[in-house]
Amino acid sequence: MIYADNAATTRMSDAAMAAMLPYLNRIYGNPSSPHCAGRQAAEAVWHARETVAGVLGCAPREILFTSGGSEADNQAILTAAAVGERTGRKHIVASAIEHHAILRPLEALKRRGFEVTLLGVPEDGIVRPEAFAAALRPDTVLATVMYANNEIGTVQPAARLGALCRERGVLFHTDAVQAAGHLDIDVCRDRIDMLSLSAHKFRGPKGAGALMVRQGIPVSRLIEGGGQERGSRAGTENVPAIVGMAAALREAARHREENAAKLVSMRDFLIRGLTAIPGTVLNGDPERRLPGLVSVCFEGVESEALLLLLDDAGICASAGAACASGALMPSHVLRAIGRTETLARGALRLSLSEENTMEEAEAILRAVKAAVSRLRG
Amino acid sequence: MSTFPCDGGRVMVAMSGGVDSSVAAGLLQEQGYDCTGVTMKLFDSGDGAIPRERSCCSLEDVEDARSVAYRLGIGYHVFNFSESFQEEVIDRFIRAYENGMTPNPCIDCNRHLKFDRLYRRAAALGYDRIATGHYVRIERDADSGRYLLKKARDAGKDQSYVLYAMTQEQLAHTLFPLGGMTKAEVRAIAEARGFINARKRDSQDICFVQGGCYADFIRERTGKTYPEGDFIDTAGHVLGRHRGIIHYTVGQRRGLGLSFPEPMYVCAVDPADNTVTLGTERELYTDTLTAEDVNLIACPAFDAPRRLRVRIRYRQPEQWAVVTQTGEDTLKIVFDRPQRAVTRGQAAVLYDGDTVVGGGTIR
Repeated sequence: MIYADNAATTRMSDAAMAAMLPYLNRIYGNPSSPHCAGRQAAEAVWHARETVAGVLGCAPREILFTSGGSEADNQAILTAAAVGERTGRKHIVASAIEHHAILRPLEALKRRGFEVTLLGVPEDGIVRPEAFAAALRPDTVLATVMYANNEIGTVQPAARLGALCRERGVLFHTDAVQAAGHLDIDVCRDRIDMLSLSAHKFRGPKGAGALMVRQGIPVSRLIEGGGQERGSRAGTENVPAIVGMAAALREAARHREENAAKLVSMRDFLIRGLTAIPGTVLNGDPERRLPGLVSVCFEGVESEALLLLLDDAGICASAGAACASGALMPSHVLRAIGRTETLARGALRLSLSEENTMEEAEAILRAVKAAVSRLRG
Repeated sequence: MSTFPCDGGRVMVAMSGGVDSSVAAGLLQEQGYDCTGVTMKLFDSGDGAIPRERSCCSLEDVEDARSVAYRLGIGYHVFNFSESFQEEVIDRFIRAYENGMTPNPCIDCNRHLKFDRLYRRAAALGYDRIATGHYVRIERDADSGRYLLKKARDAGKDQSYVLYAMTQEQLAHTLFPLGGMTKAEVRAIAEARGFINARKRDSQDICFVQGGCYADFIRERTGKTYPEGDFIDTAGHVLGRHRGIIHYTVGQRRGLGLSFPEPMYVCAVDPADNTVTLGTERELYTDTLTAEDVNLIACPAFDAPRRLRVRIRYRQPEQWAVVTQTGEDTLKIVFDRPQRAVTRGQAAVLYDGDTVVGGGTIR
């Protein structure tokens, strides 16, 4: 099996698993307990918080652990909405290529009287700072633009957008679920007020994530109950997953540059090879993209069939969004960058990890070529 | 049209989430076929991320089908064919009513979705056959070598009427494992195997029109208003006002909003004049019809007029008629006895005993 769907999820790293194992049975205390078993667990969570904060460049108290990226996104948006309601600013700016974990909460806010501007992107899939600046208004409370897109991999100019927001007193949130562990993020340098991440996208465990909230912003709770996470999220901490997340993030950050170099060479090999197939377009800017992510559309091919043929050939890949039934849906991201509905149905996303090899990239290219020509009959 | 590469054992089973197709998958697996289940997502409710109210191919149906596939230990996929369904079934359905006809969307769905879209997808993915839970049988005629479509053993469940458009190639690569079974037997198998849907109710007639009337559905979909017009009698006298032609179908008596000394029925719907013609029971009868867009299964063409039995609507008892081929895909059908409410847009399906000879759309 060749696994090329790391934007969906990753294999947990050995470091993450080794870090977690003691917390599955040996060190099992509740971090809220005052006895020694509890203190051991609390200390582990404290170390994890320091590690995550260190990688992002913020203070440990600015890190709030969640169940994952979607929860972090939801909490960020509700936090900003509460600020907006208190200060009478009920306008939000977001890009049109955000994840549903952003778009759906924004839909819900519209029903609470918020106005949302969805900012379009040009064909290269990158938000234009000028257009972004023009969309900010005196009553804008929040702007949210993802650090890197999950479907086409384009990296957004977060630092420029963050600076524009800071100048105007607008909260800036970024969904860094695809970026954390893969790109150089510094919330101070990038003027980020809130940032979401998810452990299983950088080889940590599933069911763990974090929301960074800059000090001074009052966090709104999604879950009421005990006073965990400084009162921002009730519920006993998922200690093993939090520990695993921190270990995975530390490792990803430590090897980020060498991993990226390896990924870029495989990625660019695939981009060259795939775009040489007639009737193929690359989705998103060729360079300003995640190091391991390739997204293309094939004319005259349907992703649903292509993915099954690749699966038969032992290759795990993806197309775009799937709905609750598991059926593939035309992607709002591909539509936003101007792909026709027909072309959008012929999408293929390959997302590599440092565990992939050039030989695998070559095998992927051969298999895709064979499947595409078979489906075009 | 792609062709199946070989004759072997990989079967793609169309699973709706209902009991019939679930049992079909189970039986084929028992017979040694290498089965994969597929549910076609046909009806799009928004972008699909949030489940809506129950409709055809709803999330519940997908979950039921998936649960049966897991129980059988077979592969399972969901294919999003909602765009094809829109074009080939819903748009045709709407166009038919706008043109004064009464469509049969099940025939279009079988013809354009199951036995075209899904069939081609299966072929492209290297499957040898597709299978469905329809109650019909396929047999090969030893003399002519042709594949024959035959009625189900369970006459009450027979679905041959909605499959008359199948081609020889499709028949050669399709399995209907329920053709020899009764519904009671099918439910018993589902119960015995612990399928989640063993007691699920049978599907409705028009799956995409749920809980409302089809005319409301058409208005919602098209955003059009269908202007009122005149009810006229067969001599052309105006009898009253109708609510827009999409509301009427030939043979209809209820909902006319008029009262007459004797019962009056819709005899014709004329989109050009925007009129609906009403007549007495007697005026509903005609002995001749023309069928177009004809598909013949049992033979390539009719050299001479044939005496056959004909159904002009689903579940109608067959009627004797003389059938003459008048063009490459047109037939003239003259019944022994005049038929009530011959309806444009419905199918005329020809039978020779249990065998479906062919059929076409009534013009």
